[in-house]
Amino acid sequence: MPKIILNQDIVEDTWLKVELEAELPTSGKVLLPYTTWLAGEFDSSSYEAVGVWIPNDTVFDSSADKLNQVSVVAIDFPVFSDGRAYTLARQLRERFDYQGELRAIGDVLQDQLFFMTRCGFNSFAVREDKSIEEALTALKPFSNAYQAALDKPQPLFAERWS
Amino acid sequence: MYKYDDYDQKLVDERVIQFRDQTQRYLDGKLEEAEYLPLRLQNGIYIQRLAPMLRVAIPYGMLNAEQLRKLAHVARTYDKGYAHFTTRQNVQFNWPTLESCPDILEELAKVEMHAIQTSGNCIRNTTTDQFAGIALDEISDPRPWCEIVRQWSTFHPEFAFLPRKFKIAISGSEEDRAAIKVHDVGLQLVKTDDGSIAFNVFVGGGLGRTPMIGDLVRENLPAKHLLTYLEAILRVYNQFGRRDNKYKARIKILVKALGVEEFARRVESEWNHVADGPSTINDNVIAKAASFFIDPDYESAPSEGEFERQREQNKAFSRFVTNNTQAHQKEGYIAVTLSLKKTGVAPGDVSDSQMDLIADLADKYSFGELRVSHHQNLILSDVKKSALFELWQILEDNSLATPNVGKLTDMICCPGGDFCALANAKSIPVAEAIQRRFDDLDHLYDLGDIDFNFSGCMNACGHHHIGNIGLLGVDRKGEEFYQISLGGRSGSTAGIGKILGPAVKQDRVPDVIESIMSVYVENRIEGESFVEAYHRLGQATFKERVYA
Ligand code: HEM
Ligand code: SF4
Repeated sequence: MPKIILNQDIVEDTWLKVELEAELPTSGKVLLPYTTWLAGEFDSSSYEAVGVWIPNDTVFDSSADKLNQVSVVAIDFPVFSDGRAYTLARQLRERFDYQGELRAIGDVLQDQLFFMTRCGFNSFAVREDKSIEEALTALKPFSNAYQAALDKPQPLFAERWS
Repeated sequence: MYKYDDYDQKLVDERVIQFRDQTQRYLDGKLEEAEYLPLRLQNGIYIQRLAPMLRVAIPYGMLNAEQLRKLAHVARTYDKGYAHFTTRQNVQFNWPTLESCPDILEELAKVEMHAIQTSGNCIRNTTTDQFAGIALDEISDPRPWCEIVRQWSTFHPEFAFLPRKFKIAISGSEEDRAAIKVHDVGLQLVKTDDGSIAFNVFVGGGLGRTPMIGDLVRENLPAKHLLTYLEAILRVYNQFGRRDNKYKARIKILVKALGVEEFARRVESEWNHVADGPSTINDNVIAKAASFFIDPDYESAPSEGEFERQREQNKAFSRFVTNNTQAHQKEGYIAVTLSLKKTGVAPGDVSDSQMDLIADLADKYSFGELRVSHHQNLILSDVKKSALFELWQILEDNSLATPNVGKLTDMICCPGGDFCALANAKSIPVAEAIQRRFDDLDHLYDLGDIDFNFSGCMNACGHHHIGNIGLLGVDRKGEEFYQISLGGRSGSTAGIGKILGPAVKQDRVPDVIESIMSVYVENRIEGESFVEAYHRLGQATFKERVYA
């Protein structure tokens, strides 16, 4: 079973991601595409649990409020160098007050985990060909940060200059 | 000047550790080329034609003597004994090995320097006026704001992987010497009617393949909102900027595609969510940031000594004073520009021993501080007039007193084909040929102030679009040709120059420049600069002569 980092631990991943346009599985714990989930085109009673994954070209509107109904939201990094998911994560946490597990999926590499954490991700599906153990050790290369973000509600200047 | 505390130092130290590990993993084959690429870029390392190139940040162009000595040491130890100052107030080393870069960064960290975000698709070094804090026309010192922006942009978690690079420039004076309108974001400090400080925010300027002048997106933004407003701009860009084509990925393309009204509307709507949030800058923070940029221990109105007499009696000194100095807010003081544009030396290049010397001169004559200008010169900003003659003699003996600042031969020039893998043509030998042609100082002065900007390809590192004369290297079936444009300007009246006509061969370039100058000299009216005359006379007059 694949593994993920969740809240700084390596755990087994029990969720199945359903690709866009793919046929829905009939049981299990599923991460549905955001549009499928929003449209309600599935039978929730057949699943053990339903979560959502979000393509990174999504633009949130007020319906993102509903995401608080699920316990896992994943945001996709189609390539690690495409940074849109960082903004989506912050919007979800800060504007829509999403409280559940926020998972980075796709091209997730250890050198970006610090930024992801700061933007509100607490779960990382590290790319399969990479060592998840090494990634875990690289979660926090910096002991502090200048900006306010999800891990630190005040900027450094508030701490040292005001 | 800004001084690190333990927080700043620790971040930079941790960065060195992080980058050493990343580089090791790359060398061990654990990180693929494509995965390592943005990591090294965000540490200023390009792989160039001949070797890696390391670009070190000089935040808003402020440097102290100790740092300059360290740069000299790096040039001597890890490079070929010289460094190159860039148009973005940074410094580049052209010959380090990749393996040595972590060691260089560790050395730099000891003097509060780094290469963080000097390259890559992230927020780059914020630039400003080289005369900040001393200029007579200053509205408010931009440096505290540059420092606030520097901190905010350093490792900003949300904006490390933007569609493309992002450059911010801040001007605090009436005359814009920071070229803010050709930056992704240009910030003009203004005083509002009630005397408080605010920013006019320009967005979407830039050079490169599609040169554009930035649009005014927000007028009189109260200064305390600077960071939240920038965050809103960056967020709109991060989300909507194009990522399918790197030549259309700069924010300028987004602003044009949406239209400035729609762009501004999206920014405001994003800003509504973050305005007045924790990143709002309160008065204590502003005061603390400003406290790093207080005046040095100036003497009160020191005597000018023999200054006027020396100026009268020594023509060479007088030329230097006229061209290479700038009036200072404080009586008895003057700012001195060391020209890095001596004929025969690549523009912006300086040797290790020159750097050591300049560091000593900064200590002796200018409170141990220096500035780098985007014209690729160095500035001793606080020199007593009474000591200027003595300083000038030392500079003169060390090839640092070329009296050409602001003149045709004080060119902005990218490294071009001698160093850069992207170049279409060489720039350094052509720049030299032009400097040789205009080596007569009286002739040069007669031509007055001219911004001459030169890029080796359309990436426009040499800002050719906004030169009064712009020169661009192009490739014509494998041969190096040069395209000339005239009439560009930076500053408050920024504008893009117009291409004069077909590109010319390398050996014709000095002749062409000479023809252009003769049209100017024959047609100018009293007191009119070249660029003013060009705009009055129109392109045709110049074109006829050049392509006759
Ligand atoms: C030697 C290797 C260099 C390479 C490979 C390089 C590459 C590039 C590229 C690709 C661009 C265009 C990016 C874009 O517009 O999207 C660019 C722009 C620029 N470069 Fe360089 N560059 C180099 C050296 C330099 C140097 C030495 C300077 C300073 C003298 C410099 C200053 C600039 C500036 C100011 C721009 C901005 C143009 C703008 O605002 O769009 N670059 N560079
Ligand atoms: S303008 Fe072109 S040739 Fe010159 S440094 Fe930039 S990329 Fe290289």
